[in-house]
Amino acid sequence: MTRLTTIRGSAAPLPIDNLDTDQIMPKQFLRIIDKAGLADGLLYDLRFDERGAPRDDCVLNQRAHANATVLIGGANFGCGSSREHAVWGLQQYGFQAVIAPSFAEIFYSNAMNNRLLLVQLERDAIDALTREASETPGTLLSIDLERQTVTSGSGHRFDYAIGARHKRMVIEGMDTVDLTLDSLSAIEAFEQRHFARHPWAQVM
Amino acid sequence: MSDQTLYRKLVDSHTVARIDEHNVLLYADLHLMNEYTSPQAFSGLDARGRAVRRPRQQLAVVSHIIPTHAESPRVIRDAASLLQAQNLARNCKRAGIRLLAADDPLQGIEHIVAPELGLIRPGMVVLCGDSHTTTYGALGALGFGIGTSEVEHVLATQTLVYRLAETMRITIDGALAYGTSSKDLVIWIISRIGAQGARGYAVEFAGSTIASLSAEARMTLCNMTVEAGARAALIAPDATTFDYVRAHTPSLDEAAWQAALADWRGLHSDADARFDAEHRFDAGDIAPFVTWGTSPDQAVAIDQPIPAEAAQATPEAAASLRRALDYMGLAAGRPIAGTRVDRVFIGSCTNGRIEDLRIVAGIVRGKQVAPGVRAMVVPGSGSVRRAAEQEGIARTLIDAGFEWREPGCSMCLAMNDDVLDAGERCASTTNRNFEGRQGRGGRTHLMSPAMAAAAALTGCITDVRTLEAHTS
Repeated sequence: MTRLTTIRGSAAPLPIDNLDTDQIMPKQFLRIIDKAGLADGLLYDLRFDERGAPRDDCVLNQRAHANATVLIGGANFGCGSSREHAVWGLQQYGFQAVIAPSFAEIFYSNAMNNRLLLVQLERDAIDALTREASETPGTLLSIDLERQTVTSGSGHRFDYAIGARHKRMVIEGMDTVDLTLDSLSAIEAFEQRHFARHPWAQVM
Repeated sequence: MSDQTLYRKLVDSHTVARIDEHNVLLYADLHLMNEYTSPQAFSGLDARGRAVRRPRQQLAVVSHIIPTHAESPRVIRDAASLLQAQNLARNCKRAGIRLLAADDPLQGIEHIVAPELGLIRPGMVVLCGDSHTTTYGALGALGFGIGTSEVEHVLATQTLVYRLAETMRITIDGALAYGTSSKDLVIWIISRIGAQGARGYAVEFAGSTIASLSAEARMTLCNMTVEAGARAALIAPDATTFDYVRAHTPSLDEAAWQAALADWRGLHSDADARFDAEHRFDAGDIAPFVTWGTSPDQAVAIDQPIPAEAAQATPEAAASLRRALDYMGLAAGRPIAGTRVDRVFIGSCTNGRIEDLRIVAGIVRGKQVAPGVRAMVVPGSGSVRRAAEQEGIARTLIDAGFEWREPGCSMCLAMNDDVLDAGERCASTTNRNFEGRQGRGGRTHLMSPAMAAAAALTGCITDVRTLEAHTS
């Protein structure tokens, strides 16, 4: 897989706390058996009105943010449903990273498994980035994945933390199933021991 | 060691290998699937020529997209939804996985079906591509939701790369007051600690209030704890748990049962166990609770007004309140009681069990749904539906003017054709009041089955404790 070490692009601010995955990817786009068409569904009710016309008040419909590759979100971003379609949709729309004060747990794992970078920053840093993205839209922000830094267009630099494994997953890409299957004999040994000791755990 | 948490015992007993400081390879005793979060996982296996490793440790259920009209046989008319159901059937058949299809008498919502089939037992690890898998903590099992990539990983390996959670204990003591239930309890807890108050934590519930709850009431509590951001919810198994499990697992013979009990009696946090966070609450403070906003933590007691913007602790909370009230068409400072509703929905993996329906029937018996209100009851499973019919509950509900429907997730997330119209206001026993959750522009008020029943009879959000005064 190709290494992903730098993300450079403009940022779109969407400062809504508890933005749930129902809003990120509404139900009508989930009736699929593949991953197709999810860019259309992304944040649908925020982007389009009842008649399907683009809403002027949505940041993603404003020309200055049309090519944004980084989304700046609110706290507990991606809460609610486990639907991975939310992550697929963000990526299909063109986002490579989301920056927010905090992320919901299942959403976080889903993002890592798809190499969507999630950057958690303090509220002050988010406010500064949001201000800059709003006041000078189109300004390019840059994320150095190896050094774990976000640098705004005006040169403000913020460090972020990320677990070593997750960092590797995003930068290198990992076939986690393959890696786990390397331990197949350990899984088989565990299984035998486990069900011999706890036969009640075998329910079907 | 006598200082372990229940969470730690469950994780340790299922750890195949330690990956690093934060991650373990966790073994799954059981994996449940539905039609909409599993298709891409099977495709992923196919693309790499991999097989389902342990078909007999999987169960699939058609739950989310299925229509709930009372018709037999059940028909899925929406072409895309039908394709999802057919695709699930094909995947299960190829892999040798048991499927509860649309016309199976045991079909229902996965989190209702699995416990009633005796598939959830204390000490297990149970995974599912659905966030409400936290339900199983009610029986002392570690359950949590996973994404589709992780579903693929579980299908291929029967394990999950699992990031360890921090631990939180929430202790609640005292008796629940008349007219309140574990649904009020959980909405109240979420409103106290916030929609991300338990984010990153595995929550263990303890205290006399929890001990007094039935197994089904505990499922409601653990189910909705995920709305506080929790990664798991747990209750140490006790006599209530064992009675429930025994009643649903006739297949275990006496010797096997005694051996299991001996194992399960060790499933509790040790006396010296330390938690990363602790909360203590008094059940005496709990009244019937109702959400007024678009996040599950935006809730008040039925006799309280919708909070004012000035009362919000942070500018972000004030902004959320403004946004929510605008969407909900409500005003700050106004009483929540008396708010008119157009629809009532009773069901979901939170409150679609037989005990929930008994409570509703007890309240509406001999009365009528208010004119202009459309009220639906969607049982959580075929078994719940049949039990309700045998007990006369279905008759009571139908006579009172409720629609008595076939089982499924239905209007909890409105993936089928049970949807709110824009502007419609619904008293709902479900778990999420997000914008658009029950239909674009739909306005959801989360509450208990008793409160939803009261709303159906009066046509507005009503304190069930004073219902007699309203309907006599």
